Amino acid sequence: MQIINRPGTSIKQVITIRVIAIMAAAVVSSFLITLLGYNPLVVFSNMIKGALGSNIRIKATLLEMIPLTIASLGIIIAFKMKLWNIGGEGQILMGAFDASFIALKVDWIPSFLVLPVMFIVGFLAGGLWAFIPAFFKARFGANETIMTLMLNYIAIQWITYLQYGPWRDPKNMGFPKIPNFPKEALLPQIFGIHAGLIISLVLVVVITWFMKKTKKGFEIAVVGESVATAKYAGMDVFSVIITAMLISGGLCGITGVIQTSGVNKTLTFNVSSGYGNTAIITAWLSGLSAPWALLVSFLFAILLQGGSYIQSALQIPSSAADVLQGMILFCILGSEFFVRYKVRFTAKKPVSNGGAKAC
Amino acid sequence: MRKKIFCVLIAVLCFTMLLTSCGETSKPGTDGQGNEKKVKVGFVFIGSGNDAGYTYAHDQARLYVEEKLGVETLYQENVSDSDNSCIAVIQSLIDQGCNVIFANSFGYMEYVHEMALAYPDVKFLHCSGYLDAENMLNYFGRMYQPRYLSGIVAGMKTETNKIGYVAAHPIAEVIRGINAFTLGVRSVNPDATVEVVWTNTWYDPATEKNAAIALLDKGCDVIAQHQDTTGPQLAAQERGKWAIGYNCDTSDIVPGSFMTAPVWNWGPYYAEQVQKVIDGTWKSENYWGGMEDGVVDLAPLTKNAPESAQEKVDEMKAKIISGEFDVFYGPIKDQSGNIKVPEGSSLTDKEMLSMDWFVEGVIGNIPQQ
Repeated sequence: MQIINRPGTSIKQVITIRVIAIMAAAVVSSFLITLLGYNPLVVFSNMIKGALGSNIRIKATLLEMIPLTIASLGIIIAFKMKLWNIGGEGQILMGAFDASFIALKVDWIPSFLVLPVMFIVGFLAGGLWAFIPAFFKARFGANETIMTLMLNYIAIQWITYLQYGPWRDPKNMGFPKIPNFPKEALLPQIFGIHAGLIISLVLVVVITWFMKKTKKGFEIAVVGESVATAKYAGMDVFSVIITAMLISGGLCGITGVIQTSGVNKTLTFNVSSGYGNTAIITAWLSGLSAPWALLVSFLFAILLQGGSYIQSALQIPSSAADVLQGMILFCILGSEFFVRYKVRFTAKKPVSNGGAKAC
Repeated sequence: MRKKIFCVLIAVLCFTMLLTSCGETSKPGTDGQGNEKKVKVGFVFIGSGNDAGYTYAHDQARLYVEEKLGVETLYQENVSDSDNSCIAVIQSLIDQGCNVIFANSFGYMEYVHEMALAYPDVKFLHCSGYLDAENMLNYFGRMYQPRYLSGIVAGMKTETNKIGYVAAHPIAEVIRGINAFTLGVRSVNPDATVEVVWTNTWYDPATEKNAAIALLDKGCDVIAQHQDTTGPQLAAQERGKWAIGYNCDTSDIVPGSFMTAPVWNWGPYYAEQVQKVIDGTWKSENYWGGMEDGVVDLAPLTKNAPESAQEKVDEMKAKIISGEFDVFYGPIKDQSGNIKVPEGSSLTDKEMLSMDWFVEGVIGNIPQQ
């Protein structure tokens, strides 16, 4: 058996593979659901109903979509450059932290400026958290995957320390909770949902424009394709890497600001809720395209919200619902392999081929 | 092609946004024609119904309610209380027709209160907090009473006179439990001490087990806990030492170490409250029931417990139930030896509910705020 690079996969092929993947996911999870003693059709229809069946549910789904979309945009920019930013979680947390600092500890800012300042500071904090690995990558070639990953843990422990220690609300009788934000630091509600929705849609448009139409966006793509080419073309690779990572981390930081001021109304070490990690999946599935990231994030939010709904509606244990989500994801991510590679069943001898790997 | 799909996408999003904004909101408690709908009870659980601990005890009560009253119940497990996730869960339960909500963790309180104000037709019962509203009450049990009794068992059992206590968060509820336990220990063994380790988690089998191991390494031979897993009891069993559980009787899970446990019995209270909602007589009245109601109790002593303990436990239990004695009766000294509760007086409920100091005999400190 041989695994061969697919040189150029046509749109038609990609769609076929994806459809097969979704069907495979349905079949595999149906099997699991039946094993648990439920009717798969009921479970699937309930997942959809749970995500889109009523206003409250659609709202809950959109609330999942917002952070996923913005974090995905951040991840896309880094990945486009083939810089593997695994540090979305940490960047979200640091963005959330700095915004919370403004919201809770700084009282001399006029109240109409509090939110804008929170966003700017959050963007910079997330950007800074990504700048550290970017600098070491650009300057010394340090491995950005490891560095961004490790910085996640520092961020989580830092917020945990604040929550259990100096920032703990003394009014809470010892329970580790940071005080709620004052009113002027809370995101306003628009159409019954916090303004993060509008921000996420605007950011999708802005990032699409940035990647497609601007010089910097073009440079990022070129550096991603080949550093040598970029250098030959006279690009300043160092500054391209730094800019891209700053924007990447900054967008994750904005996700953190929105989650604190729009959703949690305070800072908690749970504020990233895994969005930084899930965004890696959504960014990848979107083919590193900003508009598609919006669609993928929406679909993913349906999966998350639907999975949560079936727990209470059908009384499926939460762990089983998690396994179900995992299996669906596994199939869809697994299909990525077939988009990139072709499996050929041939005689024993591997045929020599450019990108071939025998196995 | 891509542009077209993108436009469709935006249109769909705008559409959903419109739906959320101007659609009619669902009215809990009615079926749309204004008729009273049947009572449906939703439960928000901090842990899992099969955690053999805190949430298990609540889930047993949920099943009791279903069986006794024949009402429909829904539940959602593993809902975090360190962020606002319970809001989405409560909204979802109400959206599915629940008009009574039980939420079983302290950290939910503010969010439950927020929901209580947003849904005045729904009744909220929050476990272990203090914020209430017209349609929200707090309920809890005087767990310190059976904890005191379990302290008697531990105090009689220990040979090294060192007892370990794996504790969750430094909040009044946990501190009160540690104090009650220690008073029980020292009522029969004035030389014994109780060493406290904070885990900052309610439910984390590995962390709790490791905390117990650290205590065992220091020479403790009885491990007590304010945690929702059997981790500490397992650690004691592996070392051939003894354990006092919490929440429910786990003698079949850790037969080697389990002596007894202060346990919850929520069923009758839950059924009573739901019945009141059905009858239309429900009122927001905070509840803090003790052993006389049976809402808290001590699990039967196993063969691991010292023989003489049963008699002493029975004696004190009878006194607590009759009201002749309650745990925080003076004289009680704090850690530095100052009299906190003078002879002849006792702590009020308010003082117990906001307890932030340790009694004499406790080793450890309460993190400063």
